[in-house]
Amino acid sequence: MLSRESSATLMGAVTAFLNREARLQDEHQYEAWERLWTDDGVYWVPANGANIDPEREMSIIYDNRSRIALRVRQLMTGKHFTQTPQSNLRRLVSNIELIGEHPGGDIGVASNSLIFESSLRDDTLWAARNEYRLRLVDGDLRMAYKKVVLVNNDKAIYTLSFLV
Amino acid sequence: MNVVRRMAQWNELIHPDRIHGSLYTDRSIFEAELQNIWYRTWVYVGHESEVPKANDYVVKSIGPQSVIMTRDEQGKVNLLLNRCSHRGNQVCSYERGNARSFTCPFHSWTFANDGRLVGYAFPDGYEGQDRAELALGRVTRVESHRGFVFGSFAAEGPTLKEHLGGAAETIDRLVRTSPEGEVEITAGFLKHRVKANWKFILENECDGYHPAFVHTSIFGVADSMIGKLYGGASTALTRDYGNGHTEIDLRPEFRKRDLPMSWFGTSEERLPDYTTRMKAAYGDTAAREIMIDGTPHVMIFPNLFLAEIQMFVIQPLGVDDSVQHVTALQFKGAPDLNRRLRQQTMGSVGPAGFLLADDSEMYERCHRGVLARNPEWVFLGRGEKRERRDELGFKIGHVTDEVPSRGIWAHYRKLMEAA
Repeated sequence: MLSRESSATLMGAVTAFLNREARLQDEHQYEAWERLWTDDGVYWVPANGANIDPEREMSIIYDNRSRIALRVRQLMTGKHFTQTPQSNLRRLVSNIELIGEHPGGDIGVASNSLIFESSLRDDTLWAARNEYRLRLVDGDLRMAYKKVVLVNNDKAIYTLSFLV
Repeated sequence: MNVVRRMAQWNELIHPDRIHGSLYTDRSIFEAELQNIWYRTWVYVGHESEVPKANDYVVKSIGPQSVIMTRDEQGKVNLLLNRCSHRGNQVCSYERGNARSFTCPFHSWTFANDGRLVGYAFPDGYEGQDRAELALGRVTRVESHRGFVFGSFAAEGPTLKEHLGGAAETIDRLVRTSPEGEVEITAGFLKHRVKANWKFILENECDGYHPAFVHTSIFGVADSMIGKLYGGASTALTRDYGNGHTEIDLRPEFRKRDLPMSWFGTSEERLPDYTTRMKAAYGDTAAREIMIDGTPHVMIFPNLFLAEIQMFVIQPLGVDDSVQHVTALQFKGAPDLNRRLRQQTMGSVGPAGFLLADDSEMYERCHRGVLARNPEWVFLGRGEKRERRDELGFKIGHVTDEVPSRGIWAHYRKLMEAA
């Protein structure tokens, strides 16, 4: 159990981390965003509900660390046409909660996000519940796990090619 | 050209080497397509493995219409329309499940999963009514090939076998990838919506000209073998099977490599269990041939794309609103292969897929592009002068040639003129 003081400090650090991640995503700072990941990071955007088995069923994204790197490298080519030109993005992150400690010391964090995307196709609003496992690595927080549950992930959705 | 005159004269809009841009954007043409194609010809609906047990059901579609695919207690597969025969309310609101009957929440009419009306609330008000007249609507004809279930709203017309024609062999080829000879659709669908006409999707599936450009970003960073298949020096072929069915035949390239499982970028050594099972099932020689040739890349008109490792089902919702339903192909008796198929599928397709995000971007830009009406035409002449026939008489061309698009439009015109 964290003391009140250390809990507030942790919450402050987590909030700053999530805000920073959101800004890097909105501003297409792909490599800086990639550096937020631990070496064993898992990036998961399920389809058809929040609790499917990604080892058995299709997910919108289910990237291990090397596939996260591949995703970033594709974006960096400048020829990933769905992001050339890039979407204009701004997102709000809120409802941040610390949801416990995982074995090994990872910090469980949850948040909601609301993302406004303006692309060649149209303006699109995305909403999601996010779950993180954050880890202190050399004094800085890193993502070991990020799960993004889109509110409408059971429906047909448009191309989702920015970093969500 | 006014709409009425245009509707009657498809030959003015569709030429062998060019088609009119309005075919993608005109709302009255879209309505005509629903009547003349989607509600008439054979349309792929679902796979028998999606309803494995008695009373299983899954909700599918034919165009904008919701269709419930059920397996009734006798084991028969039914395609029922999701519309109460009373006031039209949808009787099923879940995507899948197991149910003997569907009860409409509006006035509690209850239908058996073979479509029969088995009861309604306060039946005394329906004295003398023949319940058989009030069954759920059904897709008029239902047939399947190797577990792939197709439906047609036309009471008469070609059989499924006649409709598939030469393309039936590609499905036969596909199921041989399983040591037990069966495909299973068990991994759930990604649903990718695009603001574009469905025919941009249909035509792109066997367009071998675009990958080198549209997919250059991923081929460049992923160390992919795919790019070469679609290069100028490739020996791969495009094929027109007739009836709108088209193929990219990659076997000539894979046979040159002569390496089992190279088609999937892997090897026998990395799939020892699968290799053992295939050899036991088909014998060493045939297993080796199957594992060299790989799975087909074929677009079954109008909506089933068997894309080597995954399957797409194209659904038109409006003239500029389409959904690509996509899932990994799974082969019965091949768990180690299936795991890799799921992983590769998740990476490459769906809304965030390395490949399909860019394809879908092209569909949407093409749709907006053809709203400009000069030039009026979309040019499909690539390779027309070097088209030839294979040993079975089907038109073939270089992998980058527009043989498939020309085949699709020739069949499309026939269907639209037949109306």
